Amino acid sequence: MSHDHDHDHSEWSDMELKVKTLESLLVEKGYLDQAALDVIVETYEHKVGPRNGAQVVAKAWSDEGYLQRLRDNASAAIAELGFTGRQGEHMRVVENTAETHNMVVCTLCSCYPWSVLGLPPVWYKSAPYRSRAVSEPRKVLSEFDVILPKKTKIQVWDSTAEMRYLVIPMRPKGTQDWSEEKLANLVTRDSMIGTGVALLPEEVSP
Amino acid sequence: MNGPHDMGGMQCYGPVIPQKNEPLFHGEWEKRAMALTVGMGFCGQWNIDASRFARESLSPTFYLSKTYYQIWLHGLQNLMLERGLVTENELATGKMETHPVDVKRVVSSADMPAALAAGGPVEREPSQSATLSVGDRVTTLNIHPQSHTRLPRYARGKTGTIIAVHGCHVFPDTNALGEGENPQWLYAVQFDSRTLFGPDAEMGNTVVVDCWEPYLARA
Repeated sequence: MSHDHDHDHSEWSDMELKVKTLESLLVEKGYLDQAALDVIVETYEHKVGPRNGAQVVAKAWSDEGYLQRLRDNASAAIAELGFTGRQGEHMRVVENTAETHNMVVCTLCSCYPWSVLGLPPVWYKSAPYRSRAVSEPRKVLSEFDVILPKKTKIQVWDSTAEMRYLVIPMRPKGTQDWSEEKLANLVTRDSMIGTGVALLPEEVSP
Repeated sequence: MNGPHDMGGMQCYGPVIPQKNEPLFHGEWEKRAMALTVGMGFCGQWNIDASRFARESLSPTFYLSKTYYQIWLHGLQNLMLERGLVTENELATGKMETHPVDVKRVVSSADMPAALAAGGPVEREPSQSATLSVGDRVTTLNIHPQSHTRLPRYARGKTGTIIAVHGCHVFPDTNALGEGENPQWLYAVQFDSRTLFGPDAEMGNTVVVDCWEPYLARA
């Protein structure tokens, strides 16, 4: 599939018109409440996004009891922080270690843990990622400038069912006395998909 | 269906090019396309498996040349056309010409936050206990149904190990066709990369595929 920025302006204005036409038809037919559509946009534009997942990871790093609850029942442990809903009904966490790096893909469509990461980026839904994440993950990681030690094995999770996977990246060194709030700033979206690692303390402004 | 959506292991699409500081939406229409797709799902006229099947049934040239929200929109239009919710002419003009279908529900703006937060869980009470358990060696079936399946081509006819039992989940292969939820036990099956992709794959790497029991036989 093509990247959004490849599309020319006329195709984009056609889409604006097409979607407006469709929306007014579906509202006129009584299938949709227009204000409810605004709520959907507002939710995924401003309320649900990767800061949710970052809070989960920061808490997992800080609180051994919470980490254990995530391992036992991730959906319930994540719901403790108020993060529930569509595309996050059945959560599981996978923990990165020096031995194993986890990485998540959906080769068949675009399954992604919305409740903790929000809507997926274009590359996650793109043919290059979906085709190669399973067959040559180390090379794909290098395209994200992630170079893992040779001895680190890669385990790729293909989201073929309704299970949604959240990667817990390794906690960076030099953060022992950091608060959860401060730790969450180190947790990038890509580090929770497994196409990135957590930021180092020197990479975030104090 | 062996369609263009089943991409695992293809080698023709080039490198991954993440866009720096990618915006969440690339234009107003993407926001509305997302909301229309999610919103129409609440009408209850189809399930998530049927909507995936509608997208993967689009023509390969369309599927491979359009963006994901264009695929969503086109899939949505087909779902509505097939069920008589709209007509081709209505889609072209945007004006209502036929009586609306009675949909199962229309979520109001007041109820939408709760509806989004509730989601659509697919775990069901099992009618029998799981036949397989963690550590079992299993071989996936070599199946090529014309209809919807969630067993990717690269993982068919391959032997791996069960590493988790996820519970009893709605079975997409029947649910997509409107033939019922038919809940089945779901397992995480771990495959060695070389089993899937041959001797050029990196030794030691693994791929985990979630597989329903009807996809599996004991190895």
